[in-house]
Amino acid sequence: MKGKLGWRAILVLAVLVASVVYLVPSISGNLPLWWSNVLPKDKVQLGLDLQGGMHLILEVESEKAVETQLGIFADDIKRALREERVWIAGDKVQTSAGAMELVLKNEEDIEKLKEFLEKNYPEFSIEETRKDDSGVVVTLAMSADEQKRIRQFATSQALETIRNRVDQFGVSEPDIRPQGEDRLLIQLPGISDTDRALKLIGKTALLEFKLVDDMGDLPAAEKGDVPPGDELLYEVRENRETGRVTKTPVLVERRSLLTGQYVSDARVQIDNQFNEPYVTLKFNAKGARLFERVTGENVKRRLAIILDGVVNSAPVIQEKIPGGTARITGNFTMEEARDLAIVLRAGALPAPVKVLEERTVGPSLGKDSIRKGFISMIVGGLVVILVMAVYYQIGGLIADAALLLNIVLIMAALAAFGATLTLPGMAGIILTIGMAVDANVLIFERIREETRLGKTPRAAVEAGFGRALVTIIDSNVTTLIAALVLFQFGTGPVKGFAVTLSIGIVASVFTAVFVSRLVFDYLLLRVRVKRIPV
Amino acid sequence: MELIKPNINLDFVGNRKYAYILSGSLILLTIVFLIVRGGPNFGIDFAGGILVQVKFNKETSTGQVRNALESASIENTTVQDFSTEEGSEYLVRIEQEGVDVTEFKDRIQTAFKKTFGEGAFEVRRVEMVGPKVGKDLRQKALFAVFYAILFIAIYISGRFELKWLMSIIMAGALLVAVYLASLINISVVWLIVIALIVTLGLCWVLRLRYALGAVVALIHDVIITVGAFSFFNKEITLPIVAALLTIIGYSLNDTIIVFDRIRENLRKGRRTDFSKTINSSINETLSRTILTSGTTLVVVVSLFILGGGVIHDFAFALLVGIVVGTYSSIYVASPILLALPAADEKGGMVSKRKR
Repeated sequence: MKGKLGWRAILVLAVLVASVVYLVPSISGNLPLWWSNVLPKDKVQLGLDLQGGMHLILEVESEKAVETQLGIFADDIKRALREERVWIAGDKVQTSAGAMELVLKNEEDIEKLKEFLEKNYPEFSIEETRKDDSGVVVTLAMSADEQKRIRQFATSQALETIRNRVDQFGVSEPDIRPQGEDRLLIQLPGISDTDRALKLIGKTALLEFKLVDDMGDLPAAEKGDVPPGDELLYEVRENRETGRVTKTPVLVERRSLLTGQYVSDARVQIDNQFNEPYVTLKFNAKGARLFERVTGENVKRRLAIILDGVVNSAPVIQEKIPGGTARITGNFTMEEARDLAIVLRAGALPAPVKVLEERTVGPSLGKDSIRKGFISMIVGGLVVILVMAVYYQIGGLIADAALLLNIVLIMAALAAFGATLTLPGMAGIILTIGMAVDANVLIFERIREETRLGKTPRAAVEAGFGRALVTIIDSNVTTLIAALVLFQFGTGPVKGFAVTLSIGIVASVFTAVFVSRLVFDYLLLRVRVKRIPV
Repeated sequence: MELIKPNINLDFVGNRKYAYILSGSLILLTIVFLIVRGGPNFGIDFAGGILVQVKFNKETSTGQVRNALESASIENTTVQDFSTEEGSEYLVRIEQEGVDVTEFKDRIQTAFKKTFGEGAFEVRRVEMVGPKVGKDLRQKALFAVFYAILFIAIYISGRFELKWLMSIIMAGALLVAVYLASLINISVVWLIVIALIVTLGLCWVLRLRYALGAVVALIHDVIITVGAFSFFNKEITLPIVAALLTIIGYSLNDTIIVFDRIRENLRKGRRTDFSKTINSSINETLSRTILTSGTTLVVVVSLFILGGGVIHDFAFALLVGIVVGTYSSIYVASPILLALPAADEKGGMVSKRKR
């Protein structure tokens, strides 16, 4: 037994040293260089509810991406069919959810279409054909696999784009990850201007260049009679002083000549004359060629710059513009211009996103929560320590030491596992403080019982620990089951609670059963106390 | 020091009738409250909606906050006083679908700016849960409670009666029942009710009396805690569900300690009445029960009083749950063992004594 005492003491000491090592980075602000090279430097991470910040769940409206893709396919198929000399009635190919309608002039062309699809577009199949006055209406359906692929791609691309934007916005330690099929979880700690962040993340940022149709009948279009091939958009201006918003209608050609995907860089610059910020765009090589051609072919016409369906400006093309740069003006604030540059650089979202859940906590509330959490922890802890010491005397002090070690272990484990401490997590620690003494109480009560039966101190301690152990394990396993279920189903702060509770349970069993046993054995074997100290 | 004399022998089991009456009426009250209030008061986590927490620099009354909101024609809001001695603080909540968060936040902010002036207040917290997510969270929370009860029933029947085979049969039967119930597309609440009835029924038929006692006790505790929430018209949010699961864990912790002692005393094989064994086991562990519940209660009370508004309801749930959980392990879980004779009562005892 004496030899055993030695290795047990070494084990406890090792655990203690290890936990202190893990805790140091969280406590001291400045670590010496040699420390961070060799030893762990991860701090206990604070949850958003404690440090302030923003938590978002976005839904990528990926069906819109399917629709867009379908539109692109429709144009391609139409063009290719023309080359195959298949006559299609009308100009439009109608598209709907995952399917498009083609109107063939000749019935014989159905076979040709089938062959063509098999060869070139295997992801489409003919779902239905029916006769109509205009010809044979054929419904082409996109395969479910292809739709799924587009959806998945839209979600992962949205994730990438948002990650890019957030990185450029400058948030330290953002957490952006997919959740389920089409949801994104975004956590931005320490963000104070949440509205701005939300706008930056949620903006689709689809940039398009379209020619203005100055010949079209604008008043008629406003009444709903838009010329074929055109669409009616608005230029929105807000007067900063009065807050009045003016909307000017602009009739543009539906076809976009150039999109944001050719943008290689976007920067904020300041207009010398008016001292106003604006954004300059730089196109990549292909974009620059396209831009040069478009501007060359349309001199004296107006080119509308459209962002998310809103006309930003529609300047007249004075001459052919080589070199591939354009500018977006508007009465931007510096911040707005900067954010616009970020979204243009990061690219457009493949589909619009919708905010499903938003939680923001201000930094001052977080600090309050930490302070109050600590105060209640200290007050509650002190009362428990006092009660134990008074009730069980020496044994109580041993239990108190085990309790303190328990808290150190929980914090160290949080740091070591990279777990996050949340407000409910702090509550979990506080609750653990109350429950942690339970194991010791069970043991001490047993020791008292055994002593009453007339056993010697050593035998009583032996029996006390031995018999209480089964009960301690039984009773903690059920709490652990509840905590693990909570971990599995919980999100955010609740998960934090489950983590501290689980760690607390394991740590309290270790400290009560192993550490205080060691102290008892030491007292009995080395100090040779005559009386049981409980 | 000793609080409880070692030879104490209070007649807990004998007085169980009173306890049943008390528990029964508390559960009945819960049901009445739930009916009167039209179901549990789900917070925005589950119901969807927007919540804005605002702190004012100067002392501000609830009436002033309401007036400011009304003057900006922001309707259907609830204003909850969150004030401490440090200042006036309010939660403004709107349960409405299709309200834009940013817009709603802006409207509140402009309304307050108009009434109280610029910089007189600070928006400390904004939460928005869309109806879709709310529904998901509700499902998840209910499934969490369901699985916790399931796993615990399995563990206890396996561990205490050494009938792992039976507990596996029970788990299988339960999963089949839940699967069949889910086929007819009922809500998760009913799914859980069905699962609980099946669990209790199986415990009864398979004579798993320890599992029966423990599960009855923890359902009892959860129902009464929910009843307390409904009585005080407090909202059930995600952290509250976490608290309920913790109560489940805690209640069992307490129950199992008494059960362990009952089993141990049975194994000693004294030829006494089962009810006497139960009673003496409760008495033997009473000192521990009071001390542990006491220390846990102390810290939870400290959390309840000092922990701040955000954690207040969470601490309240734990407070109620610990009191009820301690009571139920003594007065509900243990006496229920008497309701059901063990399947192998005689055989088991004899074979053990032969050893």
